[in-house]
Amino acid sequence: MNLLIKGGRVIDPSQGIDEVLDIVVENGAVKELGAGLKAPAGAETIDAAGMIVTPGLIDMHVHLRDPGLEYKEDIITGTKAAAAGGFTSVACMPNTKPVNDNKAVTSYIVAKAKAEGLVNVFPVGAITQGSKGEALAEMGDLKEAGCVAVSDDGRPVTSSELMRRALEYAKGMGIMVISHAEDLSLVGEGVMNEGFVSTELGLKGIPWAAEDAATAREVYLAEFTDSPLHIAHVSTKGSLRIIRNAKTRGVKVTCETAPHYFTLTDDAVRGYNTNAKMNPPLRTADDMAAIKAALADGTIDAIATDHAPHHLDEKDVEFNVALNGIIGLETSLPLSLKLVEEGVLTLPALVEKMACNPAKILGIDRGTLKAGAVADITVIDPKATWTVEADRLASKSKNSPFLGWEMKGAAAYTIVSGKVVYSRS
Amino acid sequence: MGFNHKDIIGLQGLTREEIQLLLDTADNMKEISGRDIKKVPTLRGKTVVNLFFEASTRTRTSFEIAAKRLSADTINISASTSSVTKGETLSDTARNIQAMKPDIIVMRHAASGAHHYLAQRVSCSVINAGDGAHEHPSQGLLDMLTMRQKFGALDGLTVAIVGDITHSRVARSDIFGLTTMGASVRLAGPPTMMPPGIERLGNVTVCTDMREAIAGADVVMMLRIQLERQGKTLLPTLREYARYYGLNPQNLKLAKPNAMVMHPGPINRGVELSSYVADGDQSAILTQVENGVAVRMSMLYHVSGGELPTE
Repeated sequence: MNLLIKGGRVIDPSQGIDEVLDIVVENGAVKELGAGLKAPAGAETIDAAGMIVTPGLIDMHVHLRDPGLEYKEDIITGTKAAAAGGFTSVACMPNTKPVNDNKAVTSYIVAKAKAEGLVNVFPVGAITQGSKGEALAEMGDLKEAGCVAVSDDGRPVTSSELMRRALEYAKGMGIMVISHAEDLSLVGEGVMNEGFVSTELGLKGIPWAAEDAATAREVYLAEFTDSPLHIAHVSTKGSLRIIRNAKTRGVKVTCETAPHYFTLTDDAVRGYNTNAKMNPPLRTADDMAAIKAALADGTIDAIATDHAPHHLDEKDVEFNVALNGIIGLETSLPLSLKLVEEGVLTLPALVEKMACNPAKILGIDRGTLKAGAVADITVIDPKATWTVEADRLASKSKNSPFLGWEMKGAAAYTIVSGKVVYSRS
Repeated sequence: MGFNHKDIIGLQGLTREEIQLLLDTADNMKEISGRDIKKVPTLRGKTVVNLFFEASTRTRTSFEIAAKRLSADTINISASTSSVTKGETLSDTARNIQAMKPDIIVMRHAASGAHHYLAQRVSCSVINAGDGAHEHPSQGLLDMLTMRQKFGALDGLTVAIVGDITHSRVARSDIFGLTTMGASVRLAGPPTMMPPGIERLGNVTVCTDMREAIAGADVVMMLRIQLERQGKTLLPTLREYARYYGLNPQNLKLAKPNAMVMHPGPINRGVELSSYVADGDQSAILTQVENGVAVRMSMLYHVSGGELPTE
């Protein structure tokens, strides 16, 4: 399908573009950017006046729950939610059933996504076999089958020796390691951030030191092995201080945070709200301020959702037994646009964190509107207002702390390889 | 004024007047327990379900006696907290019990917030008989009643609470209730058992040394060390705990001469309290137990509308 996207404010940090332009898409690729362009033969025209046109957004941290946990989400519903949220690509974590620690599982995900998915799915394989933290997974095979990174997300690699070897081995295979940085012995039986709110509610706390201590270990191992490392879902002031410092020393470390960490604090747990239970836990206003500062100064490279669907039955229970995690694909864009409204980020900087940087970190040929690039494009309506309602979410699960919230900004069109896979109207 | 709450989940959020009312009613209820025939028809025809997910003999018995003295029909259900892992959720349990149309559910549960959860799902009243490390409002009320009986008022009292504050629902309910009523609370215990920000809950001071907390105090409340909960990391040995955080005749002298010694029970003799103190003149431990029945009668009475049944 050919497309003319007309008169939108095109923001493409990969080329330093921020101006009102037309884009011509032909045969699934970007053909041309310019003013007053003509539609190619048989092209559909999208009127993007008043809209923002960006390289397709990339969520480098989602859980599609497929294979094995399809009652929560599957590749079809997960990619539908991604498209509705403006994402053209997602990287899915390996904690499926079975764990994506071998090329058979990777191949299944790739094939199903290709056949039935609405957006690109880039699988992340496991660091260790079964994500058990005992022996390295076959990273060469994983990469060959289509994995773009390895991570034992949700389960930190507790052995420092094994993590060291993982970083070394992955470097040899040319695949990125993504770390879930958390010291489990400090987490203990904690179910929320340790602080005043946990004290008041009588819930067991998880200290910030559990994240900071593990982040420090990861950073030193990356420095020691001279390997690239990405830290997932950073939530504390201390972790950011460690990462900022490491970056100035030239350590090849990148990191991401999630919209809930710059939108909510542990106050959201009051009332024992299980939709505010996640890992790492929601922290304090102090941490939230540090996250915004780190987004602004570039310490945080990417915004990822950690989209973690869970069935109602897994959340409609006492707080301490509820599963961790929230869905995020459909609320990420408006929550992130708020950062622009608050002056934390410029729009181009936001696009970098939601499209260009994730592509760079994962080493995938996306995140740009350069002529010849795959036409993955997001058209954003920055003025659209809407309410988050459970039955309108495309995701199979509805575990969001933002239900009922008024949102501003939405994807108007999500375009993957030149094909409109989602349109708001 | 009346008591306009469907449930009693905690003392946090109750007003001074409401706590006053609960205590005043308890004082009146106490008289009933002193009669030959310890029964009034107040809750006749009402059904009270004691739903205990955690073992507790004294609290359950106390609630049962309270309900029976008010002529309610009582049913005791002991359920294992592990029923969640066996498949039955609290939500299902709640629905099932609700279907039997009780008037009041008295619940104890190991999960903080379980009562909050239950109260939103059932139309009958819910009384918290202890949830995790969150609240134990009937204990808080009986503690306050015992103090009020001795000192006449709670305003201006200094109450020292010593022990494992982190895991203590009694400490939280005492703090919420006492500070609302105008008392000041001093806390002491090993820093491994002191939760962050606790001083922000009200008029609360955290002391590093137990002696500092009890110096000049009107009341010394010793908390039970839950041996099963401490693991190996919160304290080295019970011997050392008793030495630094136990109440004995020597350090009790630091408190006011007429200071009252309290303990929510059951006591680990020789750990939190030396037997000399536990059985001594200043100990109010058995009065606390006695007051427990009166306070629970008051709670049952007020959540059920606080009115005599029409004939």
